[in-house]
Amino acid sequence: MSPAFLPVLRRELQIALRRRGDALNVLVFFVVVASLFPLGVGPEPGLLRAMAAGVVWIAALLAALLSLPRLFAADHADGTLEQMLVSPQPLPLIVLAKIAAHWLTTGLPLAIAAPLIGLQYGLPGDALGVLLVSLLIGTPVLSLLGAAGAALTLGVRGGGALAGLLVLPIFVPVLVFGAGSVTAMLIGINPSSYLSLLGAFLAVSSLVGPWAACAALRVALD
Amino acid sequence: MLETTALACERGGARLFAELSFSLAPGGLLRVRGANGSGKTTLLRALAGLTRPAAGEVRRNGTPFLFIGHSAGVKDELTVLENLEFSARLSGLREPECKKALEQLGIARLADLPARYLSQGQRRRAALARLALSASIPLWLLDEPFAALDSAGIAQVSALCSAHLVGGGMLVLTSHQDAAIASAAAQSVELRG
Amino acid sequence: MTSELYRYAAPQAFFPLAGKLVPWFSILAGLLALAGLYVAFLVAPTDATQGEAYRIIFIHVPAAWMSMFIYLVMAGWAGFGLAFNTRLSGMMASALAPTGAMFTFVALWTGALWGKPTWGTYWVWDARLTSELVLLFLYLGFIALKGAIPDPARADRAGAILALVGVVNVPIIYFSVQWWNTLHQGASISMTSAPSMAATMLIGMLLMALAAWMYSIAVTLARLRKIIIERERDAQWVRIQRNAA
Repeated sequence: MSPAFLPVLRRELQIALRRRGDALNVLVFFVVVASLFPLGVGPEPGLLRAMAAGVVWIAALLAALLSLPRLFAADHADGTLEQMLVSPQPLPLIVLAKIAAHWLTTGLPLAIAAPLIGLQYGLPGDALGVLLVSLLIGTPVLSLLGAAGAALTLGVRGGGALAGLLVLPIFVPVLVFGAGSVTAMLIGINPSSYLSLLGAFLAVSSLVGPWAACAALRVALD
Repeated sequence: MLETTALACERGGARLFAELSFSLAPGGLLRVRGANGSGKTTLLRALAGLTRPAAGEVRRNGTPFLFIGHSAGVKDELTVLENLEFSARLSGLREPECKKALEQLGIARLADLPARYLSQGQRRRAALARLALSASIPLWLLDEPFAALDSAGIAQVSALCSAHLVGGGMLVLTSHQDAAIASAAAQSVELRG
Repeated sequence: MTSELYRYAAPQAFFPLAGKLVPWFSILAGLLALAGLYVAFLVAPTDATQGEAYRIIFIHVPAAWMSMFIYLVMAGWAGFGLAFNTRLSGMMASALAPTGAMFTFVALWTGALWGKPTWGTYWVWDARLTSELVLLFLYLGFIALKGAIPDPARADRAGAILALVGVVNVPIIYFSVQWWNTLHQGASISMTSAPSMAATMLIGMLLMALAAWMYSIAVTLARLRKIIIERERDAQWVRIQRNAA
């Protein structure tokens, strides 16, 4: 029996390509939110530079949240999710492929766009580098844990907002370590410990997220 | 092999059926009948392991199975062929002959059309095209397969089902219609709701 | 003996037992609270640096302890129900959540009340208070999820998954907030710099903590009874109860 990971990944990317608008929306939302902050607090460069790490990270969190419902909702509506659950292929593998596709179409573009936002906020070059790396490590966590949130609220009234309430508290460590790494760089501390902790949290979420998502999917389709 | 012992299912707090026991052997057909809302779909989903029964047991002994539910299970953004290839991969089939399967269901000319442009009946056929690839999967669980099909479609699907049974496969079917499916060992269950 | 205990796993059997236990735990809670408050206000000495205002820790600290303890117990029951498919465990988790959330809220509120006379501001973003805030969000998320799913069995299972994810993450969240606090050294004020513990203060806090624990049990059992009646309302024994009442 050939493993399902690559076929699922390929299918997800095919669908994403044909619905380009979805991924684009998330990216645009990210840029808009990050651009609103200076309008809200004033353009003073020192303030913006101090805020930059937090603002970029929070904008990334919110943009990721925005994209979570479409992880399972469409498949649930047209019956293909059911097929994944009855498939002889292990569900965690299928879910992992969906999460990987979600990251490739959401997290990765955000991470690449972030240094541009960082420039707008006056971050120096080395801090921009740390920002990019922290997002590359942190955005997969958003996809992994976000999948659990999306699965738990599948088909539930008010699902999108509820999923946000459920996963945002769990995202606190990502935010702290991610934004913290950039702040550390800015004030002259070595960011590597923050990035390592972020990596450790990624390792934990790669176990917790898919387990919770699979369990929640089975509950949702009961 | 498929066997249930004293199976009972609930939905929305109401008991749909109880003490349902039957056994299916190779070549066996089980028709599930009942009015709307009597629990036919719930029974089928319990047999597929999607729904937990309220009481009793379902035993498949690891028999590979195919489940096609109410929804077509077809993605709008993918073409008919892409949908079929994905379903086949998901079922674990290697080297599926998808084009031939589409011919058997009479929709070969729609192969490269995105599924959003299909009519209800065509979607059903696209979803059921899997049956033509699944002779090697012993147990078929089909929920209202003939819904939205015209008489030609019904004939094609019935033929596939009969061939499956003759080849030693097992079939559980819910349907309002009495389609002609040749079988050596046919059982029937009526859910009274 | 164990088979007798198993009997109580059925909601129908546990219902009257819970009813008998509630008054005992309530009385215990009341007595312990009286003892604790006596120590807190009349026995424990006035603090040299913080004056009388510090006495609010006799409520703040036990509330914070209970908020964390209840989350663990709640997640434990929920996980047990998920693993063994027992209805009562899920109901127990639902019964615990509002009390846990309440203690979290009390901890935050008393933290703010302590902050004002002591540090001049109602809120300080120190590690402990910020972690309490996140814990409150975890509770609210759990309650919201359970409330949003109409089918109780599905709600229990979904809630259990969420609670288990939460319980694994709570230590990580606490740890990350500590790191955050050290990084941004502006927040040098900390609730942990409480007055050094005189023995009487510790006794007072322990008494209040025990009182809070007994109270939680009493309130949870009472709430559990309401949940049982609501969930099992179609069962024969509930209808008999209601007709007899």
